[in-house]
Amino acid sequence: MNQAGRPPSNAATTLPVGRPGRASLFWIAIPFTVLGLAMAWLIGTDPLSSFRNGAPPVEKLTFERTILGSDGVRLLVRAGGSQPMTIAQVQVDDAYWQFTQTPPGPIARGATAWVQLPFPWVVGEAHGVKILTNTGATFKREIPVAVATPTVDSMSFVSQAALGVFVGILPVAIGLMFYPVLRGVGRNGMDFLLALTVGLLAFLVIDAVAEALELAGEAAALFQGPVMVILTTMGSFLLLMAVGRSRGTPTGLALSTFIALGIGLHNLGEGLAIGASFASGAADLGIFLVLGFTLHNITEGIGIAAPILKVRPPLWTFAGLTLLAGGPAVAGLWIGSLAYAPQWSALALAVGAGAILQVIAEVGSLLVRRSGETHVSFFTPAAMTGLATGAGLMYVTAMLVKI
Amino acid sequence: MITVGGVDEARNGFDPTKLLTDWDRGTVSQLPDGRTLRTFEITAEDKEIEIAPGIMFLAWTYNGRVPGPSLRATEGERLRIVFKNYGSHPHSMHFHGIHAARMDGVPGAGLVAPGEEFVYEFDARPFGCHLYHCHALPLKRHIHKGMYGAFVIDPDPTRHPEYEAVARSRLLGTAENAEWQELVMVMNAFDTNFDGKNEVYAVNTVAHAYAKKPIKILRDKPVRVYLINVIEFDPINSFHLHANFFEYFNQGTTLTPTLKTVDLITQCQAERGILEFHFTEHEPGLYMFHPHQSEFTELGWVGMFDVVETVS
Repeated sequence: MNQAGRPPSNAATTLPVGRPGRASLFWIAIPFTVLGLAMAWLIGTDPLSSFRNGAPPVEKLTFERTILGSDGVRLLVRAGGSQPMTIAQVQVDDAYWQFTQTPPGPIARGATAWVQLPFPWVVGEAHGVKILTNTGATFKREIPVAVATPTVDSMSFVSQAALGVFVGILPVAIGLMFYPVLRGVGRNGMDFLLALTVGLLAFLVIDAVAEALELAGEAAALFQGPVMVILTTMGSFLLLMAVGRSRGTPTGLALSTFIALGIGLHNLGEGLAIGASFASGAADLGIFLVLGFTLHNITEGIGIAAPILKVRPPLWTFAGLTLLAGGPAVAGLWIGSLAYAPQWSALALAVGAGAILQVIAEVGSLLVRRSGETHVSFFTPAAMTGLATGAGLMYVTAMLVKI
Repeated sequence: MITVGGVDEARNGFDPTKLLTDWDRGTVSQLPDGRTLRTFEITAEDKEIEIAPGIMFLAWTYNGRVPGPSLRATEGERLRIVFKNYGSHPHSMHFHGIHAARMDGVPGAGLVAPGEEFVYEFDARPFGCHLYHCHALPLKRHIHKGMYGAFVIDPDPTRHPEYEAVARSRLLGTAENAEWQELVMVMNAFDTNFDGKNEVYAVNTVAHAYAKKPIKILRDKPVRVYLINVIEFDPINSFHLHANFFEYFNQGTTLTPTLKTVDLITQCQAERGILEFHFTEHEPGLYMFHPHQSEFTELGWVGMFDVVETVS
C-alpha cells in the first residue's frame, strides 16, 4: 500500500496515503458508473424513439479491393451504415449476375466481406459492378480498364522488382554519383545544395500529403481519412525528430541517413501508388513513364549527398544510402500491385510525409546554423536559388509522370 | 445471368404463377332495365413487397398486390368500381376506356384522399385489352410505385355477328374460350434507389419469376396473352417470342389481327395488346420470351414457356 519514494516513517503518515488510493478509485468509478447508467437507460427506455421518422437506415458501402482473375471478379467491400447491411443482388454492366458472399449474411458496421462474381470480363474494356442492398439502395464500383490483377508469383515479382530498381534505386545511385564533383563546392555552393535539398523535400511533402488525402477520400468514412493522414504525418514527424535529436542534432552521415530514410518512405508510398495504378489498369507502363520517374528521382540522390560532402564516408555507406532511399520503391510496387485498400496506401504516404518534414526541419536548421551570426539564414541568393531549383526540378520532372 | 435466390411469395401475398390466370370478375347483379351490373371492390394500401430475391420495395398497391387485380368484364355491362383509399397518399383509378369526365380518376374527378371512398361508374366499352392506373400527382411516382392493373373487356358475341366465333373465344366462361390458355402479363419495372432509372424489370413484378419457374403450356391448346406495358422511365418495352410467331391485336379492340406473323412487338408506356400463338407443331421444351431490349432482359424481365404434352 505504500507509495514508492515515501518513507514509512510512522503509521500516522502511511494511513492517509492509502486513502487517496481508494479515493481515486472511487472518483474513477463515478464517471464510469454514470456512463453505464446512461447507456442502460438509453437501451432500456429508448427515449430517442421520437427521432425515428420512418427514414430507412443510412447505408454506406465502400469498395476496398477489386481483383480480376481467371475466375472472374472479386471485390472486398466494407459496410459503414447505421445498421448491418444486407447485399441482396449484384449487377455487372447492368445485368444481374450470380455471386457468392464470404462470409454470408448481413455485414456489420465496419466489417468487410468478399463478393465473388464468375463474370467473363474483357481485357482492356470498362466494366461496372453495382451492388443492391435489401432496401434497393445501390453502390457502384467502376472498373475503368480491366486487366488481370497481379498474383503473388515469382514472375511478376521479378519484373516489378526490376521496375522498382528503375524508378527508385537507379536514380538515387545516379544522384549520388555527383558526389565527387560536388565535393569541390565552396560555401555558397554548399548553401545552394542544402537549399536545393530542402526545396525538393518540400515538393515531396506536398505531393505526398496531397496524394494521401486523395487516397483517404476513397476509403470508408469510418477511417476519417483526412484526420488519419494529418495525425499520422505529425506523429511520424515528431517521433523521428525525437529519435534524431536523442543523440544531438544530426549532421553529416546521420543527417544523410535521415534524408535517405524520409525519401525511402516516400518512395514506398510512390511504389504503392504506381503498383496500384498498374494493377487497376489505370496506367500503361510506357518506357517514357519509367524514364520520367528515373529523371524525377535523380534530384533525391543529390539531396542525400549534400550533408556528407565534407565528411568523406566509406564507400559502402553510399550503397546503404541508395538502398535505404530507393529500395522501398520495390516493396511498394509489390504491395501496391496486389490492390490493397486505399487507407493503407494513404497511411504509408502519411508516414513518409512526416519523415520528410523531419529532414526539412533538420536540413533547414543546418542551413540556419551555417549562416552563423549573420541571421540572413535562408535569405541568401544561393539558398533562395537552391530552394527554387530543388522544388522547380521536381515539379518539372513530375510533369513527365503525371497522367 | 439471373438474380440469386428466391422470393418469399407467402410474405408478398401473391404468387407470380397464379397472377397469370387470376381474373377478378367482381360480383354480378341485374339492373332494373335488365342490363348486367358488375361491381368491383378495390382498396389502395401501402405494402412492402419483395420484387427480386432479397430486394424489398415500399409499394403503393391495389388490393395488396402489384400489379393490381386483373379486372375482367364483358362489353356493354354497367361497371361499378368501389374504391377505398387505405393508403398514406391520395390515390385514384383512371381507367383506359370510355367514360364521363366525372369518372376519369384525375385530380378533381375521383381523386380519393386517404380514408375516403369513391365509386367509379361507366359502361364497359370498347372491348379490348386495357389498363387502369392511379392518376394522382406526381404521376410518375404513383405509377411506378405499383398502382396499375389489367382491365380487360371481352367482346359481346351478339354484337359482332360477322366474327361471332372469334368473339366467343374471347369471352371468358364460354366453351370456346375454355379451349384457350389465357395469360395476363403486365410488364413493369422498379426504381429502387429513386434515381429515375429502373433497377429491376419484370413481367408481373417479380424479377426472373418465370425464368426460374417456367409457365406450363399444353402443346395442343392455343395461347392468348393479354400484354400490358406499364413501365416508367423507359419509353418503350417489347415482347419477343423465341422459336415461334404470333398474331397481334393492338389494344385488343379488333377481332382480326392488326399484325400477322410477327415474333416481336413494341409497346410504349401504357400501350397493350393481345398475342395469339400455339405450339402444336413444336416439340416439347422450354421456349423463351423476353423484351428485345437486352438490358431489360438481364435486369429481370425474361421468362420461359414450358411446352408439355400433358400437364403433370
